[in-house]
Amino acid sequence: MRGVIGLASGLLFGAGLAVSGMLDPLRVRSFLDLFGAWDPTLAFVMGGAMIPMAIAWLIQRRMAAPVADAHFHLPDTDPITPRLVGGSALFGIGWGLGGLCPGPALAAFAINPPAAAIFTAAMAVGFAIVWALDRPSGPRTPVHA
Amino acid sequence: MPDYAMPGQGLIGGLMIGVAAAIMLLGAGRIAGVSGMAARAIGLGGGAPRTLALTFIIGLPLGAALVAWAAGPILSRFPMSMATLAVAGLVVGIGTRLGSGCTSGHGVCGMSRLSKRSIVATFTFMATGFVTVAIVNAVGGGW
Repeated sequence: MRGVIGLASGLLFGAGLAVSGMLDPLRVRSFLDLFGAWDPTLAFVMGGAMIPMAIAWLIQRRMAAPVADAHFHLPDTDPITPRLVGGSALFGIGWGLGGLCPGPALAAFAINPPAAAIFTAAMAVGFAIVWALDRPSGPRTPVHA
Repeated sequence: MPDYAMPGQGLIGGLMIGVAAAIMLLGAGRIAGVSGMAARAIGLGGGAPRTLALTFIIGLPLGAALVAWAAGPILSRFPMSMATLAVAGLVVGIGTRLGSGCTSGHGVCGMSRLSKRSIVATFTFMATGFVTVAIVNAVGGGW
């Protein structure tokens, strides 16, 4: 059941990225190019994605548990920490440099495997660095959304 | 609206992404955050059951391949330099794990939940993204 949900969600997510032009790093970069030839497409994608999700959050509040688990596993919505802000700031820098965030980078394996592989391998190194830094310091930092 | 913008396709693709994230939330009780799921899938993060993370991550390129198969080639212009790709990937990897999420987890799932953390995260990565592109352009950095 978990596998079916994961695959269905991933398939639709990847298809949505492809349909919306988000697998084109130059287009994504152009959204971030406020002072150049700005491309607002990404704003429509995020706005569009928030509509079903806003409804899903309303439904979620009325559900005792998700379909295929005993509980919802949801990240905290507070507090604002230097780690959150610093990490997000770094992410934005990488996003601006390459025009890629993790979803499109993975979905792009279907279109440009060599480029997707370089970006994704480097990203995995980044994951490993944070994972290693977090490990020795006792209890693991909770994973937030 | 510039003629190269794709508001219609953006909105349709966005709705698909939102439904995908809703399936994850209501079906498995988890946030469809790609950075977290990817780290989990390769054993560099906690959280979701491994099967869920792996199938979700494998679904991403399969979904894109389905669209390419049904609708023809997908425009995809990557940075020319391998070094740029690698540095960008590394910084995205570190940043998303420290910041506990990316465009999907914070931007789509967290913002629609009105999560304070996600709103701050999204405004932060948008802001540094804008500044980064402006600086790269100013120093004549190419694509």
